[in-house]
Amino acid sequence: MSQAAAAHAAEPAETPLTPESWGKLGMWVFLAGDAMSFGTLLAGYAIMRGTSKNWPVPAGVLGIGLTAFMTFLLICSSVTMVKGLDAIKRGDQKSLVKFLGLTVLGGVLFLGMQAYEWTHLIHEGLGLTQNKWGAAQFGTTFFLITGFHGMHVTGGVIYLSIIAWQGSKGAYSAHSHNAVEIAGLYWHFVDLVWILVFTFVYLL
Amino acid sequence: MSGTTAAAGGHHGEPGGFLRKYVFSADHKMIARQYMFISLFWAAVGGYFAYIIRWQLAHPEADIPLFGRPIGPDEYNAFVTMHGTIMVFFVAMPLLLASFGNFLIPLMIGARDMAFPRLNMLSVWVLGAASALLLLSFFVEGGPAAGGWTGYPPLSARTAYVGADKGMDLWLLALALEFASFLMGGINFLVTPLNMRTRGMGLLRMPLFVWMVMIASLLFLLSVGPLVAGAVMLLLDRNLGTSFFLASGGGDPLLWQHLFWFFGHPEVYVILLPGLGAMMEVMPTFSRKTIFGYRPIIVAVLVAGALSFVVWAHHQYISGLDPRLATPFSVTTILISVPFALIVFALLATLWGGSIRLATPMWFAVGGLAVFIFGGLTGIFNGSAAVDIYIHDTYFVVAHFHSTFFSALFLAGFAAIYYWYPKMFGRMMNEALGQIHFWGTFLFFLAVFVPMHLVGVGGMMRRIANPGQYEFLAPLSGLNRMITMSAVLLLLSQFFFAFNFFWSMFRGRRAPDNPWEGTTLEWTTPSPPPHGNWPGEVPQVHHPPYGYGLPGAGEDWVPQHRPAPSGAGAGR
Repeated sequence: MSQAAAAHAAEPAETPLTPESWGKLGMWVFLAGDAMSFGTLLAGYAIMRGTSKNWPVPAGVLGIGLTAFMTFLLICSSVTMVKGLDAIKRGDQKSLVKFLGLTVLGGVLFLGMQAYEWTHLIHEGLGLTQNKWGAAQFGTTFFLITGFHGMHVTGGVIYLSIIAWQGSKGAYSAHSHNAVEIAGLYWHFVDLVWILVFTFVYLL
Repeated sequence: MSGTTAAAGGHHGEPGGFLRKYVFSADHKMIARQYMFISLFWAAVGGYFAYIIRWQLAHPEADIPLFGRPIGPDEYNAFVTMHGTIMVFFVAMPLLLASFGNFLIPLMIGARDMAFPRLNMLSVWVLGAASALLLLSFFVEGGPAAGGWTGYPPLSARTAYVGADKGMDLWLLALALEFASFLMGGINFLVTPLNMRTRGMGLLRMPLFVWMVMIASLLFLLSVGPLVAGAVMLLLDRNLGTSFFLASGGGDPLLWQHLFWFFGHPEVYVILLPGLGAMMEVMPTFSRKTIFGYRPIIVAVLVAGALSFVVWAHHQYISGLDPRLATPFSVTTILISVPFALIVFALLATLWGGSIRLATPMWFAVGGLAVFIFGGLTGIFNGSAAVDIYIHDTYFVVAHFHSTFFSALFLAGFAAIYYWYPKMFGRMMNEALGQIHFWGTFLFFLAVFVPMHLVGVGGMMRRIANPGQYEFLAPLSGLNRMITMSAVLLLLSQFFFAFNFFWSMFRGRRAPDNPWEGTTLEWTTPSPPPHGNWPGEVPQVHHPPYGYGLPGAGEDWVPQHRPAPSGAGAGR
C-alpha cells in the first residue's frame, strides 16, 4: 500500500479526497453499501414484527444478560483496536501486535458465545422455521440478522489476524499504517452495527 | 496493488505472456475489453431469446425456425425471464458501466490505471463466474428461472408454480455474484476519479461521462444491499423452509417487491446514466459546440439520483399496496421527469446551432436521444396511478421500458462503441456499414415498439405465451405478426455491426490518436494506449472539457491539456 501511494505521489495530481491511502476511501464506500444491507434487514424485521399478531417479547425468549456481556466484549475490542492503531502511530510495533491480538480474542470470544447462545436457543425450541413462543418469523429474522452479523465478525477476525501477522513481521511503522487504520474502520463498523442489532432485536 | 501501478515512464511494468496480458490482466483497458466481450456474448444470447419470444407471439404453436419446435407456456416463461435478466444484468451493466467505465475513467482523468487494479481483475472474474452459473442453469432439471426477471414470490419461491427448481437457485446465485462483481467495480469507479485526477483536472473539469459513472456507481452501491438481503431471504425460503415471502407461513410477498424495486428503480438509472454520459461526450464533439449547462446537468443528475430512491412503489400500484401510498409515489415519479427534462433540453441546446458532423456515433447519439424522449413521455402515463391501473402489465409497459432501455443500452451503447472503438482497438470501424447498421436499428426499433403501445392499449397482457387463446386479442394478431417481422429485421441489422466489429479489428483503417478531434484526455495518447496509458508524462489539464467552436483558437477546438494562451477564451 505504502509503495503504491509513493508511486502515485510521484505523479502530478489534483488534490485527492483521501491522499494518504486509496484504500481508506474504498473501505468507506464499501461500508456505505454494507450499511444499506443491514438497514434493510432491520427494516424487514420491523415490517414483519409490525404486521405479526403473535410476536413474542424478545427479552422473554432471548437471554439479555449474556448478550449484554457480548456487547460489552465487542465494545472492548473496539477500544483495543484504537489502542493498537495509537501504538503503531507512535511506532510501537510490539504493542500493535498485542492489541490486535486482544481485538481478535474479543471477536473469537464473541463468536463462541454466539455459538453457545444459538445452540441453547435451538434446544429450547427456537429455529429458522419454528418458534414455540409465537411467530415463526421471530426465529427466522433472529437467525438471519445475527447470522449475517456473525459472518461479518468472522470476516473481521480473519482480516485482523492477517493484519496482526503482517504487523508481527514488521510490516507497519509510524509512517506507514494505513492498512491498520482501514481494518479498524471495518471493525468499528461491525461493532456499531451490533449495537443496533442488540437494541432492535434483543432490547426493544 | 503496488506492483501493477506503472511509474512515470509508462512502459515500465508491462506484464508479459499471453495469460497475464489477455486473461489474468489487471490493466483497466484489457479488463474493459473482457467486459465488452462478455456483454456482447450475452447480447447475442438475449437477442436470440427475444426472437423466440416474438416468433411465439406472432405464430403460436408453430415450429420456431432456428429453434426447431414450438415452445410451451413454461418454456416461454423461462425465455422471457432469461431475456430480461440477461439484458439488464449481463449486457447493460457490463457494457455501459463496467466496460466503458473501466476503459474511460483513467484515460479521461489522466490516471495510469484504476485505484485497485487487482480488485478490478477480481470483479471481471466474478462476473465470469456469474455468467457460468447462469449458463449452467439452462441445463439443469426443470430448466432455468421462469418467475419473471423480477423474481416475484410466490412464483419464485415454490418449484411447483413455474417448474424451475435448481435453475431458480442458480439464477439467485448468479445475480448475487453479479452484484458482488459490481460492488467491487463500483468501489473502483468512485475511488479512482475522487483520488487520482491529474493536475488541473478539478472535479468540475471532468468529462460528464466520468460524472455519470460515478453517480451510477453510488446509486448502485446504496441500492444493492437491500436486494442482496432479499436474495438471501429468498434462498432461505426456497431451501430451508423459512417464510419471509410466503403468506402461507406468515410471510409477506410484498416485502420482496419492496426490496426488489428499492433496488430496481435506482438500477434503471445505473444503466441509463452511463448511456446518457456517452451521448454527452459524443454530442459536443460532433456538434463542435461546448456542452450546454455542464453544472446544471450534474445537479440534475444528482437530484434525479436522490429521487430515484423514493419512487419504487410506482411498480406496485396494483400489487395490493395501500392505495393511499399511490399518490405520493405518483408525485415523486412525475417529479423525477423534471431533472431528466433538463438534461434532455441541455443536450438539444448543445445540438442547436452547432456545425454538426453526422458520423455513425452521432447518428446513434441523436437517435438514442429521440427514442429516450419518446420513452420518457410514455413513462408519465405509467407514473400516474390512475392510468397505470389500466395499462399495468400490458404491452404498453413493455413498449415503454424498451423505449427507455433500448435507447440507453443499445443506441447510446452503439454510439459509445463506434466513438471509442478506435481508441480501444486501434482501428477505425467502417463508416458505411455503421450507417446502414444505424438506420436498420433505428427504423426497425420504431417499427417494433411504436405499434406495441397500441397492442398494450388494446389489452394484451405481458407474459402470456399464446395470445391465440384469447378471443378479444384476435384483432391484434396482424399487428403482432408485423411487430415480429420488424423484430427479426431489427436483429438481422445487428449482423452489419457484428461483421464491422470483428472485421475492423483486423482489417480496419489504422486509427490516429484523435480521429474525431475530441478535446478530452483519452485522445492525447496513441490508439490503443500503451500499458500505463501515456508513453511519457501524464498530460496536465488547463481547460474544461468540450472546448469547441472557440474563436481565435486557430482550429475550432482546444484540447484540455493544451497550455492556456491567455485570452483564448477556453477558461471558465
